[in-house]
Amino acid sequence: MNSIALSVEDLSFSYSGKKALDKVGFSIHPGECTILLGPNGAGKSTLFALITRLYDTRSGRIELSGFDVKKQTRKALAMLGVVFQQTTLDMDLTVMQNLRYHTALHGMRRKVAKQRIQEELERFDMYERRFEKIRQLNGGHRRRVEIARALLHKPSLLLLDEPTVGLDVPSRKAIVEHVHQLVKDGQLSVLWATHLIDEIYPDDHLVVLHQGQVKANGAIPKVLQQTGKESIDEAFFALTQGGRA
Amino acid sequence: MRILHYWRAMWGIIGRELLRFVKQRERFISALVRPLLWLFVFAAGFRAALGIAIAPPYETYILYEVYITPGLIGMIQLFNGMQSSLSMVYDREMGSMRILMVAPLPRWFLLFCKLIAGTAVSVLQVYVFLGVAWLYEIEAPLEGYLWVLPALLLSGMMLGALGLLLSSFIKQLENFAGVMNFVIFPMFFMSTALYPLWKIKESSELLHDIAQYNPFSQAVELIRFALYNQFNQEAFIYTLSAFVIFMTAAILGYNPSKGMMTRKGGGA
Repeated sequence: MNSIALSVEDLSFSYSGKKALDKVGFSIHPGECTILLGPNGAGKSTLFALITRLYDTRSGRIELSGFDVKKQTRKALAMLGVVFQQTTLDMDLTVMQNLRYHTALHGMRRKVAKQRIQEELERFDMYERRFEKIRQLNGGHRRRVEIARALLHKPSLLLLDEPTVGLDVPSRKAIVEHVHQLVKDGQLSVLWATHLIDEIYPDDHLVVLHQGQVKANGAIPKVLQQTGKESIDEAFFALTQGGRA
Repeated sequence: MRILHYWRAMWGIIGRELLRFVKQRERFISALVRPLLWLFVFAAGFRAALGIAIAPPYETYILYEVYITPGLIGMIQLFNGMQSSLSMVYDREMGSMRILMVAPLPRWFLLFCKLIAGTAVSVLQVYVFLGVAWLYEIEAPLEGYLWVLPALLLSGMMLGALGLLLSSFIKQLENFAGVMNFVIFPMFFMSTALYPLWKIKESSELLHDIAQYNPFSQAVELIRFALYNQFNQEAFIYTLSAFVIFMTAAILGYNPSKGMMTRKGGGA
């Protein structure tokens, strides 16, 4: 595996002349859980759209496990698992049918796909519900299916765009724990966009994004030292000058 | 191994589209009711009013219902193409389009698969319609039902590509009503689906010219001739060219480097 799971260099992006990202740069190493913290409108979703190549990178560079997203798109995307902010599951299809669709898009053999689906669903305690329609699942369970789906092709980086929005407290807690456990278990790296500070673990790395710019970047103690604050909450407040939504 | 990847992805996309179609029964029924209403009500009413002269591919005088059938097949495919594009706009708003777009395959290929999947659905609808029409004694030569298949594939792809192109422009689901008014209705009414060209010429030269160059007319004529075991070369070349143009424009529309995607659904 490449020594850097995600590298973002000097990345800028504008919507009709309005800057959404301004010279953003940071990197994520294998086995790291990086929290992308920023208030609403900070540029998190734009950054995700650029990493996933839904938008074109015009200024700057993004690499996934050493593959340039713009020039080696397919190789780069194969390294990536994504959970978008809005649910992207087909409501009228079953859990199994949704996951099979994903394995087909990644060109997985039927036998391998079946095995991987079983492994991931078992890991998320969802295997017994594989023949249920997505519509019948609650929000927390839908999210688990989406995370399981994102892991089927064994990506090296998992992107999560505010995956706990709209969930109740126990479901939210379970998902935060699950994802941190995934990082502990293997060589998976995670980039987790959120504006909820209680989703951060002490071992996590932090990228604070505000008005399209990286305000802080590094392990939590380093960010606290840099801001001279005692808690992430205070540091975040100082870095965004009370700009939280 | 890469070919296998493409193959599996293509079947995954087609399988999903067919599954969705089967699960949405009301979509299937409404797709069928529309042309049948035209056939049983509109065509029956106009039967007396419109005389159809003998013109290729027909070798005898025909009833208006017989004339209108290929036009209604075109209508099924036109609506299906627009329905697919509507579902793509919906998917994009709902986010499920993103799962397709982040698959590690070229975007043109993913769009092409989506198009084949939509065409497969429309061909299914057409054969059910032809079955009902046959029961109503609107019969084509038996081999015609086989020859019409490649014509249906090409016309379905052309109309689907038009839908794809439109979906790359449409920003929100609400704008889709405009597509109905400005694309589907003019394309259908200003074509040879309901009246032959010579009949249109009697009333308006301009309408005749529009109908003649309307790609939908050419698709309908391709289907009409194929259904009677004949190959209309001009209609084939025209429909194929329209497909290539629409598809190329749609691929450009969905290419992030060309900018249209950047205008859509940005978020912060």
